[in-house]
Amino acid sequence: MSTSTSSLRPSRWRYLPLVLVAIVFIFPLEFMIMSSLKPSQQLLSDTNSFRAFLPVGSISLDNYYAAFARAPVGLFLFNSVFITATTVVLALFLCSISAFSFVFLQWRGRDTILTILLTTLVIPIEIIAVPLLLLVNQLPWVGLHGLTFGWLNSYQVQIIPFSADALSVFLFVQYFKDLPKELIEAARIEGASWWQIYYKVIMPLAGPVTATAAILKFLAMYNQFLWPLMVTQAEQYRPVMIGLQYFFQLNIAWGEVMAYLTLITVPVLIFYLVLQRAFIASIASTGIKG
Amino acid sequence: MANVQLRDVHKSFGATHIIKGIDLEIAHGEFVVFVGPSGCGKSTLLRMIAGLEDITSGEISIKDRVVNDLPPKDRGIAMVFQSYALFPHMTVRQNVGFGLKINNTPPAELESRVNEAARILKMENLLDRKPSQLSGGQRQRVAIGRAIVRNPEVFLFDEPLSNLDAALRVNTRAEIAKLHNDLGATMIYVTHDQVEAMTLADKIVVLEAGKIRQVGSPLELYHKPNNLFVAGFIGSPKMNFMEVEAVSSSASGVIIKSADFTEQRIPVAKGNVKAGDKLTLGIRPENMRADTKGDLKISGKMELVEHLGHETFVEAKTKSGVSFTGLIDGETLVKLGQDMALSFKANDCHLFDAAGEAVHRLKVPEIVHA
Ligand SMILES: Nc1ncnc2c1ncn2[C@@H]1O[C@H](COP(=O)(O)OP(=O)(O)O)[C@@H](O)[C@H]1O
Ligand SMILES: [Mg+2]
Repeated sequence: MSTSTSSLRPSRWRYLPLVLVAIVFIFPLEFMIMSSLKPSQQLLSDTNSFRAFLPVGSISLDNYYAAFARAPVGLFLFNSVFITATTVVLALFLCSISAFSFVFLQWRGRDTILTILLTTLVIPIEIIAVPLLLLVNQLPWVGLHGLTFGWLNSYQVQIIPFSADALSVFLFVQYFKDLPKELIEAARIEGASWWQIYYKVIMPLAGPVTATAAILKFLAMYNQFLWPLMVTQAEQYRPVMIGLQYFFQLNIAWGEVMAYLTLITVPVLIFYLVLQRAFIASIASTGIKG
Repeated sequence: MANVQLRDVHKSFGATHIIKGIDLEIAHGEFVVFVGPSGCGKSTLLRMIAGLEDITSGEISIKDRVVNDLPPKDRGIAMVFQSYALFPHMTVRQNVGFGLKINNTPPAELESRVNEAARILKMENLLDRKPSQLSGGQRQRVAIGRAIVRNPEVFLFDEPLSNLDAALRVNTRAEIAKLHNDLGATMIYVTHDQVEAMTLADKIVVLEAGKIRQVGSPLELYHKPNNLFVAGFIGSPKMNFMEVEAVSSSASGVIIKSADFTEQRIPVAKGNVKAGDKLTLGIRPENMRADTKGDLKISGKMELVEHLGHETFVEAKTKSGVSFTGLIDGETLVKLGQDMALSFKANDCHLFDAAGEAVHRLKVPEIVHA
């Protein structure tokens, strides 16, 4: 029948746009990885041709050894992964539980506070960076050295200010609003506490939005530059983006830059792949179609 | 004894007054149905009993204990929702056992109670499935299972059958009736479908716009509706209403006439009906017959004829433009467009005054206990 052939024919070509898009996205990565294996001289001359995307000429890991020698790459990677992971976990918890309270609980001033919170969506970090810096410089902390004041040069100064944000709250609020409210009512009748409703009923159903919020938060945190530059003078607490400075000295060694970029891209890819799996699994298990 | 009492219960959402003073007694073990058109406040009332909505004013007690300020879980109730409200990420077993688990029931007891509920509802084979792998009827069963596993004293159902297809609805209706019989628990059931109300209820509560219009057994409501609203709502097809005028009234009844009827005495209590009053005559389609042997005759042109075999449904219009329906015997062959007279007994008539209140019938059919 005409309908079946016409529905079959496009399927052959259906992947063409996807392949094109994938190529556009993959080429820069391909270029970065290939370049990281080449000496700087060859790297620059290869950019004239397609050789830039191919493992040709003299190929070695020398750039990687050099990058590790030039900067404490391992430390920067550890710092970034630690700060980002901690912030993502904290933010997912705090933002989802506050969204839960905005959507499911009744309290005075709820709608006003949500409105105020959402208006902060339009305020970029650059605007609040200086006041925030002055603020964190006063804050107390209890740590290995007992009670201290001022958070500069620490992990918490890079984590706590970002452990909740309006965008994530907004994502959770929108998602929760669309969940059938009978689910919560049924759970209440069964005797579940609000806390139990949160972690036994709502969060297991919130896989897709949790994954979305996690990806956005991860990228925002991993790519932080201005704030860590302002609050970390000590190398010990610096993340990967600040580490990039070590490679932009008088003579830029492009091969090493590419090696460093390749290294710091690895956590992003791992994170993305893991989350993508969790994302698909959660959609399959909740039966809520995306 | 799990009786339920409502005393002058009101509910407002902001400035909108939704439930306008409900007084009701529900005895232990009774099957009570709240019925009324969509939006009249049935669900709101049920949710107030459940504790999902707070009570603006008045008092609700369950088991002689005022529950106004008790959370749902402490009211001894279970509720089945129209949308089933099954937890999509849990298996049937986990759904049914959810409340027990939350309340720290020992695993062995939980297991045996879930199995018992599954046995009662014949769904042992579904226990390890997820709700998305079940049909509508099976989901409904699981929702009921989740309710019975906790041995509640009062079951609340909010339109539990409205998402099922017609055949399944009839089946499930019968199962709910059987469940009520087996468990002996109090059940409060909300529906907008008067057939469900008639078939399930010990007692029907007819609601309109947040007020009770009548409370009674199905047959009481059918034979003795208190007002035009109940008369029109209970019974299918709907009762015919015709404008008539009182000629005179006496202890033996009210004599009426209209453009379509000759004068006729209707045996109703005189009440305060006076000569010249505008009244509404009510007659059920099933009380119409296809001959002229009844006390009152009405003739008209047939505008709709449905031969169903065992009976025939007709809709006709009189010369003066009044439409009426009749459910007549199946043997009479009626043709569309034909002029035909139907008749009915004066004893079967209902009369309503200008305010829509029923004038009491003197000759109500006796309800015979078989
Ligand atoms: N949470 C609410 N806020 C405002 N109005 C409501 C709310 N819940 C119900 N209502 C209103 O109350 C009326 C009765 O609703 P409901 O009890 O659901 O009716 P029913 O179940 O009889 O169809 C409707 O007009 C509805 O719009
Ligand atoms: Mg309703």
